[in-house]
Amino acid sequence: MNKDVPAAATMAIEVEGLEKSFGEHRALRGIDLTVSRGECLVVFGPNGAGKTTLLKILATLMKPSAGRVLLDGVDIWEKPVEIRRRISLVSHQTFLYDDLTVLENLRFYGKMYDVADLEKRIREVISWVRIEPRLHDRAGTLSRGLQQRVSIARAVLHNPSLLFLDEPEVGLDPHASAMVRDVLGTVSSGNRTVVMTTHNLERGLELGDSIVIIDRGKIVYQAKRDKLSKADLRQVYNRYTEAGG
Amino acid sequence: MFVKIIAILWKDILTEFRTREIIVSVFVFSLLVMVIFSFAFGTGVDITESIAPGILWVALTFGGVTGLNRIFAVEKENSRLEGLMLCPVDRAVIYWGKLTASFTFMLAVAIVVTPIFLALFNLPLFLPGLALIIVLASLGFAAVGTLFSALAVNTRARDIMLPILFLPVVVPVIIAAVKATAPVLAGRPWADMLIWLQILIAFDIIYMVVATLVFGFVVEE
Repeated sequence: MNKDVPAAATMAIEVEGLEKSFGEHRALRGIDLTVSRGECLVVFGPNGAGKTTLLKILATLMKPSAGRVLLDGVDIWEKPVEIRRRISLVSHQTFLYDDLTVLENLRFYGKMYDVADLEKRIREVISWVRIEPRLHDRAGTLSRGLQQRVSIARAVLHNPSLLFLDEPEVGLDPHASAMVRDVLGTVSSGNRTVVMTTHNLERGLELGDSIVIIDRGKIVYQAKRDKLSKADLRQVYNRYTEAGG
Repeated sequence: MFVKIIAILWKDILTEFRTREIIVSVFVFSLLVMVIFSFAFGTGVDITESIAPGILWVALTFGGVTGLNRIFAVEKENSRLEGLMLCPVDRAVIYWGKLTASFTFMLAVAIVVTPIFLALFNLPLFLPGLALIIVLASLGFAAVGTLFSALAVNTRARDIMLPILFLPVVVPVIIAAVKATAPVLAGRPWADMLIWLQILIAFDIIYMVVATLVFGFVVEE
């Protein structure tokens, strides 16, 4: 699948001096980070810290004002179409068409991604997210939690090697949230590299191999998960972010 | 590339088939305009060449604007446009998918509205020249309208913004369509409308090429 990956590329994600401004507002102020293949990086930060902007740039949805991003050793703006084959994004917006059925939504996105043996692949991903009984229901009739599971199925349909999760549990009740977390655990396993943003410190610490905290567009803290307890993380988060005063 | 354009077209047709948001609103608007004008000006032979072409194209143009507003509004909801932009396709593929959908919806409305117009003005229902003009003008409308619909969808006053952007740019197509329609309705030979058909084709090509080139800039943040 990754035929254009340079042989020397060992890092899945390399971000260098990333900046993004919206007029006078500087959303990102020089982000540098690397993520190894198969690693799960969790990005914490208060509202407006720049988490979503960072993810949108990584997902090629937004161009940075300065700096560069290499995914699998390839500059994302040199080969954006090729990069998009390897990535996917799950956010609190599902990207689903309410008036199409679950199956029609998945078929549509499958065609857009040139998924080989599409019907077989759809059967495979819907079994992961456990939505078989609702396959012929319109997406708009599903609960928020079910829609998010379909959205995850959509996101992994083309078997991306990099998965970006932008607060995927926002707006879900505890039960739906647990289901989505379970599904995310399934699709995030293996060699898939994952970058997830969240406000939920405990959940992020459970899922992540490493964590970063962003505040006002800058990385203010970075660590491996095994060096932190939940209490440590809470303390560090409060110390380094505005939320902590 | 072609498969993906068809996938976007099919998705839009399926959505429209279930919601009927675009075709019904355009059809009702176009029909109302024609009926009102036909009562205002009458339907005599004397207006067939002078006023009737204008009535047809005012109805189709303003009705078209109503529908074009929805073409990208559906992508804006639930951030579906981001979902489309994440797909491994050139931005031009998204433009062409939406263009073919806009064109299909405009033609579908014209296929229903035009026979009613011809019947109102006691004209023959089979006019191949008029069919050709409608195809070419609809293509021009869809080419410009799809681009401006994508532009307007990110503005707060998108319902007002689209006509403000769209109508001035599409004026050459409207004029050429009206001028080409007059000789067809009067039963004059094809040669009389040839120059206007050439103008329509030229503007269609210019609009499609320019819109294809700039669409990426319009949809990217």
